[in-house]
Amino acid sequence: MSASLTSLAYLVAAVLFILALRGLSHPETSRRGNMMGMAGMAIAIIATLAHANMSGWGYALIVLGILIGGGTGTFIALRIQMTALPQLVAAFHSLVGLAAVFVAASALNAPEAFGIGTAGDIHTQSLIEMSIGLAIGAITFSGSVIAFAKLQALMKGAPIMFPYQHPLNAALGVLLLVLIITFVATGLQPVFWLIAILAIALGFLLIIPIGGADMPVVVSMLNSYSGWAACGIGFTIQNLALIITGALVGASGAILSYIMCKGMNRSIFNVLLGGFGTDSGGAGPAAVHGDRTVRSGNAEDAAFIMKNASKVILVPGYGMAVAQAQHALREMADTLKKDGVEVKYAIHPVAGRMPGHMNVLLAEANVPYDEVFELEQINHEFSTADVVYVIGANDVTNPAAKTDPKSPIYGMPILEVDKAKTVLFVKRSMASGYAGVDNELFFRPNTMMLFGDAKKVTEQIVKALAS
Amino acid sequence: MTPSQLADQAETLAHNANSFALQARELANAAGPVAEAVEPFVFLLAVFLMACFVGYYVVWNVTPALHSPLMGVTNAISSVIVVGAMLATGLAVSGWAMGFGFIAVTLASVNIFGGFVVTQRMLQMFQKKKN
Repeated sequence: MSASLTSLAYLVAAVLFILALRGLSHPETSRRGNMMGMAGMAIAIIATLAHANMSGWGYALIVLGILIGGGTGTFIALRIQMTALPQLVAAFHSLVGLAAVFVAASALNAPEAFGIGTAGDIHTQSLIEMSIGLAIGAITFSGSVIAFAKLQALMKGAPIMFPYQHPLNAALGVLLLVLIITFVATGLQPVFWLIAILAIALGFLLIIPIGGADMPVVVSMLNSYSGWAACGIGFTIQNLALIITGALVGASGAILSYIMCKGMNRSIFNVLLGGFGTDSGGAGPAAVHGDRTVRSGNAEDAAFIMKNASKVILVPGYGMAVAQAQHALREMADTLKKDGVEVKYAIHPVAGRMPGHMNVLLAEANVPYDEVFELEQINHEFSTADVVYVIGANDVTNPAAKTDPKSPIYGMPILEVDKAKTVLFVKRSMASGYAGVDNELFFRPNTMMLFGDAKKVTEQIVKALAS
Repeated sequence: MTPSQLADQAETLAHNANSFALQARELANAAGPVAEAVEPFVFLLAVFLMACFVGYYVVWNVTPALHSPLMGVTNAISSVIVVGAMLATGLAVSGWAMGFGFIAVTLASVNIFGGFVVTQRMLQMFQKKKN
């Protein structure tokens, strides 16, 4: 295969990738889009395999690697629970980062393969691109490993802070830059590996101060990083498919991070510097709240109220994912619909642990996507709703975000559930949400608290509705 | 003309030709940017910048409900880095490069298959339900 033909094949692959993302503009076109993505990847791989002068051993190793990796990937992807998606995505990002590190390492050892010079005498420009790809790849790797550990609860979600944390990170960043300059000037192997080690340490240190509930931003950001790492490698080995795809992925991750930050009314720096929130999962004992009274009810009360409503809006949050309550919730909605009640779902942009997390869980429970609405689509409807059923969400409904300038969540766009006639709050205890602030909604006369596990409470309501 | 004279003349001729060639090259250089080939890097940079814009507009068009599948599919396609890994494995002359390339091929393959399969699973669930 001639070099031009190979390049053309890469270009076709890149166009198919763009169409894959384009398909995601609507659920109905999305599956075709994903197929195009697969076709693009197949074209890129076949074009590369058809490349002349590959050694027999090389072919054997490539096929072996694809079989081992492909088998593992397919197995994991088929077995994974939908509630574990955020950690799966984090784990996958770490692999892209690590792959970038190894491609850079092999380019350093066999520059002839990519036409960027000879061993020990690689073009300066290629060395710059290589070290950028290497550094971003290594940071993506270790950062994603930490994000994975936090999401999988292998380590505590709480921010890990220590004195001089940010100055230390800044100093390491400067050191990394110095090492890169040294590497570009000398092209030495040991310097290359020093960069890799330092970047891995830096990725680790950058993510540990960020709390569990800020992981949607972190996961999106690492998604972006993995794209830029691919870009860096693409420039090194002068490959169009890699450069275009890297840019697409980089842009995608950056936009998702932006949307997540906007959903919390916080700047990306505020999130990255970390230390926000305490990530109390609500497991603590009921806190004392002075002499303010809370009205609590049981499943029968809730069923009675909802049965007599004409419009109910359901607001799911991370708690629903933790309790795996999505199926019970859909069952409840179905029962209500049979009784002639209008049911809608409202989703806040930062609900859950990754962008779109709640949508996937509801889809898993067979909730039709046209019953699920985003914040700006549904916010005006709360005033016409008789009942709002909040399950596993807290901060995203807190009116303090609009009324209390001193609140840490002030300015955050919220779902205005307080405008509904009755608010039903499913919660395990009175513990505050991630932001560590009390939700005054709990104390309002038109609020009823339903204490207990989200799944159990919802199932009890379904039973009570049926009887 | 003796052979030595002939040789002398040939030598001067060759010398002259050489200096003419040099002059021609200088002239060509002086003719400047018109004839100069663009660095491949500039070309790649142009592609990169255009791709950033395409990515920006395409991703803003993605419906928020599908942001999770978006992460899945971007994860899969960013593993097109496998192309670099394959070239490293197939064309490498050193054992180290081959080994690194093999590891990278394996890691990227996990992502390619895992990413596309998990995205397909998610998208299946968004299918319009008939009831």
